[in-house]
Amino acid sequence: MGKDAVAQTQFLQRKDLQTLLDTLIAAGYHCLGPQVRDGAIVYDVLADVSHLPVAVHDQQAPGKYHLHYSQGLRSFAWANGPLALKPLLFSAREVLWSAERDDEGKIQFVQVKPAVQKTAVIGVRSCDLAAMRIQDQVFLEQQYKDENYQARREALFTVAVNCSHPADTCFCASTGDGPTAKSGYDLLLTELDDGFLVAAGSEVGKQIFIQLPLEQASDQQHFIAGEQALHAEQTQTRKLPQAGLAEKLLANLDHPRWQEVAERCLSCGNCTMVCPTCFCHKETEQPQLDGRSTEHLREWDSCFTQGHSYIHGTVIRDDTEKRYRQWLSHKLATWLQQFGNSGCVGCGRCISWCPAAIDLTEEANAIAGDEGD
Amino acid sequence: MLAELVDIVHFAEAGPVEPDARVDIAFVEGSITTAGELQRIQRVRANSRYLITIGACATAGGIQALRNNANVRDWMAAIYAQSEFIDTLETSTAIAEHVRVDFELWGCPISSQQIVAVIRALLFGVVPLQEQDSLCFECKRQGNVCVLVTGQQACMGPVTKAGCGALCPKFGRACYACYGPKENANPDSLSQRFQGFGLLPDEIAHKFLSINNSAPVFAEAGKKAKENGHD
Ligand code: SF4
Ligand code: SF4
Repeated sequence: MGKDAVAQTQFLQRKDLQTLLDTLIAAGYHCLGPQVRDGAIVYDVLADVSHLPVAVHDQQAPGKYHLHYSQGLRSFAWANGPLALKPLLFSAREVLWSAERDDEGKIQFVQVKPAVQKTAVIGVRSCDLAAMRIQDQVFLEQQYKDENYQARREALFTVAVNCSHPADTCFCASTGDGPTAKSGYDLLLTELDDGFLVAAGSEVGKQIFIQLPLEQASDQQHFIAGEQALHAEQTQTRKLPQAGLAEKLLANLDHPRWQEVAERCLSCGNCTMVCPTCFCHKETEQPQLDGRSTEHLREWDSCFTQGHSYIHGTVIRDDTEKRYRQWLSHKLATWLQQFGNSGCVGCGRCISWCPAAIDLTEEANAIAGDEGD
Repeated sequence: MLAELVDIVHFAEAGPVEPDARVDIAFVEGSITTAGELQRIQRVRANSRYLITIGACATAGGIQALRNNANVRDWMAAIYAQSEFIDTLETSTAIAEHVRVDFELWGCPISSQQIVAVIRALLFGVVPLQEQDSLCFECKRQGNVCVLVTGQQACMGPVTKAGCGALCPKFGRACYACYGPKENANPDSLSQRFQGFGLLPDEIAHKFLSINNSAPVFAEAGKKAKENGHD
């Protein structure tokens, strides 16, 4: 099969989905795919496509996530669960280096390299690809490269799936990051009733693509895929304000709404941890009891903690109003100044997984909405 | 290993008994519930360079502090045949209500890592790190699925200090708040959420008035919930 041919979208019958998985496994990938665990769809080790969440659907609302089941055949008829790609690339907890003191008191530093495995993730959504692109910027394209992130990133293979069933909390259409994936994947699937449209998006993706039992995709199949994408876009009701959002947010740092949301906000940090773009972390020493060695641990942190703004004996953001404002204004405004784009990809996780049912789009609209200028 | 770094001079359960020794570090367990303890804690304070409380009882009065808002004599009479032989104060109070406490180890029970970390820090001559963040951090870092969001369970995690390793949520159970209030906790908002889940005011009060019922933030939240029930 020639190069040009493989660049085109083709069709994979549903019964051949296992072949895709087997091909990835044979190519040395450790495969992760969506599965139901503890009432949510999360990524877990996948060897058999029958473990995919077939006929499982989600219902999401602020502070609420619920699964229900139908008679359908589809494996991807749901929107993102709590886990993004983030935990796979930017580890929630890892030792960066260790130090040891010898008998003469000399200290040796040793870099701790993570054990990295070639990993393929099946079912990645467009918003998470966009978020990965943002984290690439943060961890790989600044003055210092994060070597651990880089090693895991280079070992990652993504099988994206176009989103056909956004949740009520999704707003990727409004941020321009979905529901259809445009780039950043190795393989891209569009799920139809009888199978999948498949496209390759990278050289490594093509290597897998050419091994699959693919057929010519029909016009009808392309048409259904198009309709599905349009429908997914149109069902999204939440939106971020469009015009001048960043400027308006920064011009409204004293808006009374910050105080109102602070009364509800628990300052618990869940929003930042489920957010696929949030990258804040803290580093602490874990000394051994004998005092001769220590491990330098990095863990996810958040602008909602006290420690995050503890500088020289003072906590700068000492109340929830300042912390919430930091979160929202960084994500939607100062991120732009820092990295040239917004820090939000519209995945809606911070809405669904907020125990206080706070909706970031509602807050952004109240403070910097298109109406009431 | 620990015993090579420090001399253990008083630890009745393990052998050594020397209650009035002068020490660098005194770890104090249990709350103040008798007149004798009231005096003894003053001596412990005077004899120690650092006084560190261990666990919910010493740090926040423990579950037994529930009696602080009840009539202790009535309770005892209801349980014991001859309650006049019981020597107790009307209240159960945290050590910090009586003497200066240098560091608190929250939790019920605390973990051995907490003890080891605090001793190590003091041996280095640095201030030990106090966990302040919500339990939610431990859940999310471990990849636990949130029981509050998926099950609408009344989980105390968002107002509770991390430290236990998210033991309960890991097994699908709501957090009981064993590690006490996190810094900058917002119990009012969480109470409202619990109300939305269908909990009655008394049920909400019980969430806060548990192992750490005397921690001021929880005591206040419990009181408010009870008052709501009587409106
Ligand atoms: S917005 Fe929600 S998830 Fe974020 S800190 Fe506040 S209560 Fe927690
Ligand atoms: S801010 Fe919220 S909606 Fe936006 S990317 Fe983060 S979690 Fe998703």
